[in-house]
Amino acid sequence: MGSLSMPTAEAPARTWSTALLGEIGPGLEPTLEAARQRAALTLARHPFPSRREEAWRFTDIAPLQAITPALLAPGTTDPATLPAAAAGVVRLVLDGHRDPLAGVSLPAGIESIPAAELGTLLQQPPNDRGEEGASTHAAAWAGSEAPWSGLLAAATAGQILALRVKGVVEPTLEVVSDAATAEGVLPLRLLLILESDAQLELLQVHRAAAASLTTVLLEARLGAGARLSHGLIGQGGDAAVLLAELAIDQEPASHYALTSAVAGWALSRLEPRVLQSSGAATSRLRSLQRVDGRQIADQHSQVRFEGPEGKLDQLHKVIADGAGRSVFNGAVAVPQAAQRTDAVQLSRSLLLSDRARIDTKPQLEIVADDVKCAHGATVSRLQQEELFYLRSRGIDAAKAAGLLLRGFCGEVLRDLPAAAAIWQPLGAMLGEEAPRP
Amino acid sequence: MIRPEAPVLLEIRDLYASVADQPILHGVNLTIRAGEIHAVMGRNGSGKSTLSKVLAGHPAYTVTGGGVSYRGEDLLALAPELRARRGVFLGFQYPVEIPGVSNLEFLRVATNGRRLEQGAEELDTFAFEDLVRERLAVVQMDPAFLERSVNEGFSGGEKKRNEILQMALLDPLVAILDETDSGLDIDALRIVAGGVNQLATPDNATLLITHYQRLLDVITPDYVHVMAAGRILRTGGKELALELEDRGYDWVDAELAALAPVEVG
Repeated sequence: MGSLSMPTAEAPARTWSTALLGEIGPGLEPTLEAARQRAALTLARHPFPSRREEAWRFTDIAPLQAITPALLAPGTTDPATLPAAAAGVVRLVLDGHRDPLAGVSLPAGIESIPAAELGTLLQQPPNDRGEEGASTHAAAWAGSEAPWSGLLAAATAGQILALRVKGVVEPTLEVVSDAATAEGVLPLRLLLILESDAQLELLQVHRAAAASLTTVLLEARLGAGARLSHGLIGQGGDAAVLLAELAIDQEPASHYALTSAVAGWALSRLEPRVLQSSGAATSRLRSLQRVDGRQIADQHSQVRFEGPEGKLDQLHKVIADGAGRSVFNGAVAVPQAAQRTDAVQLSRSLLLSDRARIDTKPQLEIVADDVKCAHGATVSRLQQEELFYLRSRGIDAAKAAGLLLRGFCGEVLRDLPAAAAIWQPLGAMLGEEAPRP
Repeated sequence: MIRPEAPVLLEIRDLYASVADQPILHGVNLTIRAGEIHAVMGRNGSGKSTLSKVLAGHPAYTVTGGGVSYRGEDLLALAPELRARRGVFLGFQYPVEIPGVSNLEFLRVATNGRRLEQGAEELDTFAFEDLVRERLAVVQMDPAFLERSVNEGFSGGEKKRNEILQMALLDPLVAILDETDSGLDIDALRIVAGGVNQLATPDNATLLITHYQRLLDVITPDYVHVMAAGRILRTGGKELALELEDRGYDWVDAELAALAPVEVG
């Protein structure tokens, strides 16, 4: 990176990270604090993403630069302002300060991981993770640099929600953050260990209405035969930024299904990174994002098979309106060891405006020779013949377009956990106001 | 049923239309009264389907001359959805598949739009389910198709049944059926044609667009029109269709050649 040529551009960025790191007090247990400080050191070497990096080339980071580099104050999320959780849901509210487990009785099959053990988990991961204290098992293979989103969360989160799952958990676990109208940075870090044959449905919800940054690092390690059904809802406001790294490790015969619905943020970037550590697992990724106005929605996904007979079924959908911009980069790595991999990746984008822009890029790296790997990408407008068909039945043009959009969204949204209904994900996708009581 | 005193529902006067700057219709004249069944026959490219699309208001077609009045109102001034709500129905030759949109919801929204126009009250989901189950019998359709996305993965016959089901729900005054018989085996043809016969009343009218006599064996037309080069070349009774079946369309070329040349392009 040519530091000589761009000294003035670098300066404010370094100041941003330095200012934020300067705010962090010793909040964590000493064993965890060591891991956090390692991440902070790495962050100091990579203080801010730059569009000169390939991974950020299409993504305008101006909304991120506009965020005040200060942690959100305690008490920004008033749980009473959230819509009531659905029946059969255990809700944990994350605000970066309060203990999310205080006053909550965890359902049978979920237990909190004690700090001492967590320190060991973070220090001695199953695989070599290099010097990146923040990176996970799944993050380590991505190259020398951990994703900036996760790194930032690891360097600044003052608490880690770490849970172990055994057996089949009946209730849906809902994890919610809402920066509401506060301005600043909300770093969140979660770790889920699913033991062999454990089953969990997880719904992750992030909301923000003002100029705040919610930065999330979620790591999940799925033991043999474990199943994690993971919904992610992101509903933001016009100045809000969401950065989320989801680092998933899968042992053989495990099943991971991610369904995400993200809309409304000035900038959102989702980085699902799935590692099938010995292949032979099933990964299903479904994502839907909507941009309007001058919003940017970015998804960089990476799936890697480190053994044979893994399966991937990936569908990424985009609605781009106004002068919105969408970026999708879907990397799939199938090395020599990953024979008989069966992977499908499809990207479907709906362009509703002449000023919107879509960059979509499948990135399949296939070395193994006995594999089935398919990918496809389409960008289209609402189909005129479909619109006319509906209008010829008496449905007016606006309502017809709405029906077609709902159909487009439904293919992803129907895979969200049932508990997601209270967040009205369809309304958010159609540009309606997010529910606020 | 021909009754000279029956009210005129649709009057097409000297209609010219083009698609993508290509003129297709060159002066179509046709008057349809309540109770009548008309058949428009002709070769591919004669303008039959263009006529149906223009009447339904497809945005790709431009009317360049003439007019259409529907019950005394300027039909061409109405948006496609308003034409449908006032009672003009187009059964598509190729019904469109709409993934992700439930057939049942689509049918309910469409039916309620028409009902409001007719001064009836909207039906809630329960009342509508009762109605739709009753109308399914018209085309002997499996209720399972209600739960699927509109036309998605339907066979050709199922799509055409779904068209006639929509017609049964929307209760049109003028139904234009564009090649409803195409792609149907003989059993499906009987069922679909039987549905059309059941829905014909002295108060409404049907315009069948077809290539083949076989549909007219099951639905008896009052008038048969032969279309060629964007106009109606000859009009007769049901015997004209039989004559076409016998003689083919070659005589049409001779008659066309005798007429003033038609401007094209």
